[in-house]
Amino acid sequence: MEKRKVLIRLDDVSKFYHMGETIVKALNGVDFKVYEGEFIAIMGPSGSGKSTAMNLVGSLDVPTRGKVYLDGNDVSELKESELAQIRGMKIGFIFQSFNLIPNLTAKENIMLPMMFQGTSIEEREEKAVGLLKLVGLNDRMDHYPGQLSGGERQRVAIARSLANDPEVVLADEPTGNLDTKTGHIVMEFLDKLHGEGKTVIMVTHDLDLAKKHAEIVYWLRDGKLEKVTRKIKKDGFKRIDNPVRGK
Amino acid sequence: MRGDYLRLSVKNLKHRGLRSWLTLLGIFIGIVAVVSLISLGTGLKLAVGAQFGVSSTEVITVQAGGISGFGAPGSGAVNKLTLDDVDAIEKISSVEVALPRIISSGKMEFNDRISIGMIGSVPDGEERKLIYEVLDIEVEVGRLLKDGDTNKVVLGYNFYANGDIYGKKILPGNKILIMDEKFQVIGVTKKSGSFILDNVVMMNEDKLRELVDYEEDVDLIVVKVKNKDLMDKAVEDIEKLLRQRRDVEIGKEDFEVSTPQAMMETVNNILGGVQAFIVIIASISILVGALGIVNTMTTSVLERRKEIGIMKAIGAKNSQIFMQFFVESGLLGLIGGIAGVVVGVAIGYFGTIGIGSFIGTEIRPNIDFVLIGGALIGSFVVGSIAGIVPAMDAAKQNPVEALRG
Repeated sequence: MEKRKVLIRLDDVSKFYHMGETIVKALNGVDFKVYEGEFIAIMGPSGSGKSTAMNLVGSLDVPTRGKVYLDGNDVSELKESELAQIRGMKIGFIFQSFNLIPNLTAKENIMLPMMFQGTSIEEREEKAVGLLKLVGLNDRMDHYPGQLSGGERQRVAIARSLANDPEVVLADEPTGNLDTKTGHIVMEFLDKLHGEGKTVIMVTHDLDLAKKHAEIVYWLRDGKLEKVTRKIKKDGFKRIDNPVRGK
Repeated sequence: MRGDYLRLSVKNLKHRGLRSWLTLLGIFIGIVAVVSLISLGTGLKLAVGAQFGVSSTEVITVQAGGISGFGAPGSGAVNKLTLDDVDAIEKISSVEVALPRIISSGKMEFNDRISIGMIGSVPDGEERKLIYEVLDIEVEVGRLLKDGDTNKVVLGYNFYANGDIYGKKILPGNKILIMDEKFQVIGVTKKSGSFILDNVVMMNEDKLRELVDYEEDVDLIVVKVKNKDLMDKAVEDIEKLLRQRRDVEIGKEDFEVSTPQAMMETVNNILGGVQAFIVIIASISILVGALGIVNTMTTSVLERRKEIGIMKAIGAKNSQIFMQFFVESGLLGLIGGIAGVVVGVAIGYFGTIGIGSFIGTEIRPNIDFVLIGGALIGSFVVGSIAGIVPAMDAAKQNPVEALRG
């Protein structure tokens, strides 16, 4: 296991926010490691620091203290443009509120991340059509997000996250805005991606979801890592100490 | 990639509300003003050129200055030019011939209607031909005047073509009253395009001299120069001669020696001044338009914060976000420009035709593609410049905060 490639690593990372006179410690001294091909869940109640953790893991934000490594690169040492480039290439984001661009059709939304990587328009179109087929929306290609149901939008978002063929798919409460049935469909997609060797990181407050799908769960509470558990058999988790995963 | 920004910008602009389009009014009005007025000005210059009606550039016009600016050329002068002046000018070495002309306004009556018309004299003999040649006069119907025609007149084209003045058209053979004396119309000249020539009544010089009671006076001296290169010298010589004869100092001349070029230049200078003024006003309008774009783009950046966050999350660099908003802003300016050019060209085109028909001249409207191209590029540049600050603002948004919306 240890020989597998480390994709994302957080070393003793803290993120503090200034709220007037007080300092809010959103994340305080957290270690985190993602190996290639894992399905990881970041669990915790609201206010536990999940979102902050996700922003740092996705290198959307930089830590106040500590180091974040994305594919071996120290994020704090990268130029903004380099970071954006690597982020666009390595990580595919799926958001709770789908976050599709309303003025663009389903296909155009999927083409957008490839545009930022400089892919040719023909290739973009071809790939977008393929991805839409993959998520079963080939008949919805030219629909705008406003014309799609919640489940369909999230499937478009999944397709978009795969546009640049990233190593990691980072999903923030992916079923949060969906009913149970469509939530299931979306989770099946994530399982399928994981089965095909993709690394999946899911941020959630839904214990059942984490237990059912993730191999490893990082439990956050009050900005600190409470515990890390590993799935041993169906619905059974074994606690592993964080240091066991190696710093 | 550049095409992508354009495609995305067009998409985004399609979804813009009315408010965004209203902010383009400034650019629109500015471009309309610039394009229409420059087109009109060009048309006007052509019209004025036609008004001089003098085809030969070797012709100098001399007229006495006067206290009154009204009436026919030279007729308001206190110290009139005389036939002696004509003889003296003709003796100048660079001058081929000097022709005296009387141009007078007087009461005219036809079909029981009275109007004030302009009457111009035509000299006898060889000089008659010269005048016809210089003024480019040809006959439309009937015949032109010849020596010995006393109570006969030739009319400008408008009397014949346009029945409005006297209730009906005047045709050769008709009789008209000029200053209460009866004259027979023997011919009508071809349309010249000059307001003056198309509305003038031509009469032999002796008869007109008698009618307006001029003894030795003349209103205008038309001078033909031996060749074109001698124009400037001839003007100088005539001025020098007349200063001596009229005993005036340099700078205090009570006469005017003008060439068609000089007249055109004067007109062009005036029109140029007017155009410069309009351009300044239009620039202010465009500046206001630019501020409108700054405003609408700033609002757009605020409204689309979340979109910026999404784009950053999925791999957009700051420079790519900047370009997106920058191009969109330029495009916004360009759209204002296109609308302005369309309306401006239409105003210029139909305005020129309108002016032409108002003064009775046919002016071919002129569509200046350099002007149109310049206006379009200009509006895109103004839009882009206006977009720089909002686009920078968009580019430097923090992705996490932007994603929160």
